[in-house]
Amino acid sequence: MKNLLKEVTLSCVALLACFNTMASENKNNKPGAEEEFNSVEMIMHHISDAHDFHFLDYTDSEGVEHAVSIPLPVILYTNNGLVCFMSSAFHHNDDGSYVVSKRGTNFVKYHEKIYQLNDGASSLEFDEQHHPLNAVKPIDVSITKNVFSMLLSLVLLLTLFGAAGRSARKNPGAPKGILAFLEPIIVFIREDIIIPNVGEKKYKTYIPYLITIFFFIFFNNLLGLIPGGANVTGNIAVTLVLSVFTLLVTNFSANKAYWKHIFLPPVPLALYPIMVPIEVIGVLTKPFALMIRLFANITAGHIIILSLISLIFVFKSIFIAPVSVGFVLFMYTLELLVALLQAYIFTLLSALFIGQAIEEHH
Amino acid sequence: MDFGAFAAIGAGLAAIGAGIGIGNIGGSAMEAIARQPEATSKIQTNMIIAAALIEGVALFAVVVALMK
Repeated sequence: MKNLLKEVTLSCVALLACFNTMASENKNNKPGAEEEFNSVEMIMHHISDAHDFHFLDYTDSEGVEHAVSIPLPVILYTNNGLVCFMSSAFHHNDDGSYVVSKRGTNFVKYHEKIYQLNDGASSLEFDEQHHPLNAVKPIDVSITKNVFSMLLSLVLLLTLFGAAGRSARKNPGAPKGILAFLEPIIVFIREDIIIPNVGEKKYKTYIPYLITIFFFIFFNNLLGLIPGGANVTGNIAVTLVLSVFTLLVTNFSANKAYWKHIFLPPVPLALYPIMVPIEVIGVLTKPFALMIRLFANITAGHIIILSLISLIFVFKSIFIAPVSVGFVLFMYTLELLVALLQAYIFTLLSALFIGQAIEEHH
Repeated sequence: MDFGAFAAIGAGLAAIGAGIGIGNIGGSAMEAIARQPEATSKIQTNMIIAAALIEGVALFAVVVALMK
């Protein structure tokens, strides 16, 4: 099991190496122009999705800027079919001025979004509402930072839990290896989260979903905390999908008592115009709150850490560094706690909603 | 009118709300533990859950402030 994990990690690293790692590119030819440090821009860049893993920029002795990054594949579905190329084709240009021509269509990248220029256009133009005047957006199904990180955590989950499951089946008695680490956590989730909330009788159907959600969120929270990692659970689209899963599982396993409580609540008839809309909206607001809670907690944590680090650059003094790094260490510890806690809360509330849906009328 | 300033004030008010709420919970939890030390772990678990829920509400406000 340990060897398998080592193999998988090494093959991931080798895969990254194939993508022309440490691709050092000439960003612009201005010799060493010192620009103002914009902390908002830096923070937004770090918490948003991107088409490459961008680690740092450095200026070499001749004053030319280089960037150290790992490019990721760009896959676009245009009218001409599927167009694939590496994001290094854009040469780190993010303001829509560098045109990449593939298969007769011209693409530019503006703020990490890829646009397809209409015929005859040579650069991107926007109107006042920031709509592109001479370009359309193709369907972008690239492997971006978030997609790559999700695939990585997928591989991690499958490896760890596959190994744990095999070991549990083969060796009865005291668990050894990765199972010894995972089993207490899984039993805790089952005993303290799932059974009290979902109920003794029907909890077995929902164990796979709830445990998967817990570990998926937990691993992605942790991977996002690694410097240079992707902010997966801090992306509202990802948390939206997770809360939609909870919504679907809850409502498709709901019994008649649940729907009766929503549409025919046990109140006087005069209160129906108030109660029924509130109950119907309540069906949607509960997963909505799940989504916002996870997204905001994780993103806020990242923003705090990045802001504290950027204090060093705002004050332009090395003496701020010990204070700043001390605060950042404290915030990192808090963030580790928050990573675990948010996974726990998401799972707990999902179990609670499922339990409410399948509860028998008492 | 600089709406960025109002957004910052809104986020600050949300922080005050969260502080008061979680402070209440923490205080009650401390009292309960003082009364019955055997139930510490149960009380602690429930305190953490309630704190996370309140923080969720405060972060609703932060998200709206971030939009501006």
